[in-house]
Amino acid sequence: MTITAATFVPRAQGEGFTPPGPDDFNLPPVGPDATFEFLGQTMYLGVTKPMIQLVLAAVVVFWFFYAAAKKRAMVPGKMQYAGESGYGWVRNSIGRDIIGSQDFMRFVPYLVALFFFILVNNFFGSIPFIEFPTFSRSGMVYSLAALSWVIYNYVGIKKHGFGGYLKLQCVPAGIKGPILGLLIPLEFLSNLVVRPVTLSLRLFANMLAGHLLLILFALGGEYLLLHGATLVKPVGILAWVLFIAVAFLELLIQFLQAYVFVLLNAMYISGALADEH
Amino acid sequence: MTGSLNMVGYGLAAVGPGIGIGLIFAAYINGVARQPEAQSRLQSIAILGFALAEALAIIGIALAFVL
Repeated sequence: MTITAATFVPRAQGEGFTPPGPDDFNLPPVGPDATFEFLGQTMYLGVTKPMIQLVLAAVVVFWFFYAAAKKRAMVPGKMQYAGESGYGWVRNSIGRDIIGSQDFMRFVPYLVALFFFILVNNFFGSIPFIEFPTFSRSGMVYSLAALSWVIYNYVGIKKHGFGGYLKLQCVPAGIKGPILGLLIPLEFLSNLVVRPVTLSLRLFANMLAGHLLLILFALGGEYLLLHGATLVKPVGILAWVLFIAVAFLELLIQFLQAYVFVLLNAMYISGALADEH
Repeated sequence: MTGSLNMVGYGLAAVGPGIGIGLIFAAYINGVARQPEAQSRLQSIAILGFALAEALAIIGIALAFVL
């Protein structure tokens, strides 16, 4: 595991086992490590590993779809088939089913790009020698959530006008009377304020917690096996077996979180485009 | 023995989403068993509900580290 290589030795020294924490995700920059103060926090000035991974993921996704679309043929080759089925799956099961067949095509490029970008970035957590999910750094996710917030509000305001859109998002259908005084602020908060926060926190915390679990099993197993008493050494082997099981579970979660992120994006867009009741 | 009481609290907090996710998938399996042709429709709803319930546990683990 590359990210824990630096902290590998100190764990074995001193009293007992130091469990991994969020600090393990704070990687120093690749180049020169100049720092600056911002909002009371020490920030790195240089390029860090997650930044490189973002660019790498964008290049990988672009290259994949470019290569898949370059040699188009009536009878698709392997590459074209993979590209088409990936695209078709996002278009049909996320775009058409959620947004509706009337105006989903406008959003398909965004949804497909977003899904595969997040998927590749999540899989970086399981690819050997990279072993770091980009979105376990919260700053990387906030920009994606902000983008989705801008998009669904923009299409909603464009369709309904500003007042109409606020009414659509804040006033629940079929409710009259004083209860509206309670519901309107709640709906406003949940539909326009909290959405990007939960959207980003879900992806970020899933990636962080999953990777933390992997580090814990790997290092805990190592500690039990090499530094534990004789009787607990087999438990270290058990921890490594569990590590492999959790790594496969993590693959599932990485896929699922990319799917859920894009699914929620599509649902927000379809909610903003819905006809007024 | 040292450690943070936050983690005990997080363990307790994870019970709620655990029950919720169990209920969601129980309903999903029930629905598919009764009407197998509705599986594709039910699947996205079930995964959405799963993600929303799971978000609570995830927010909990984030707070357990932060607070």
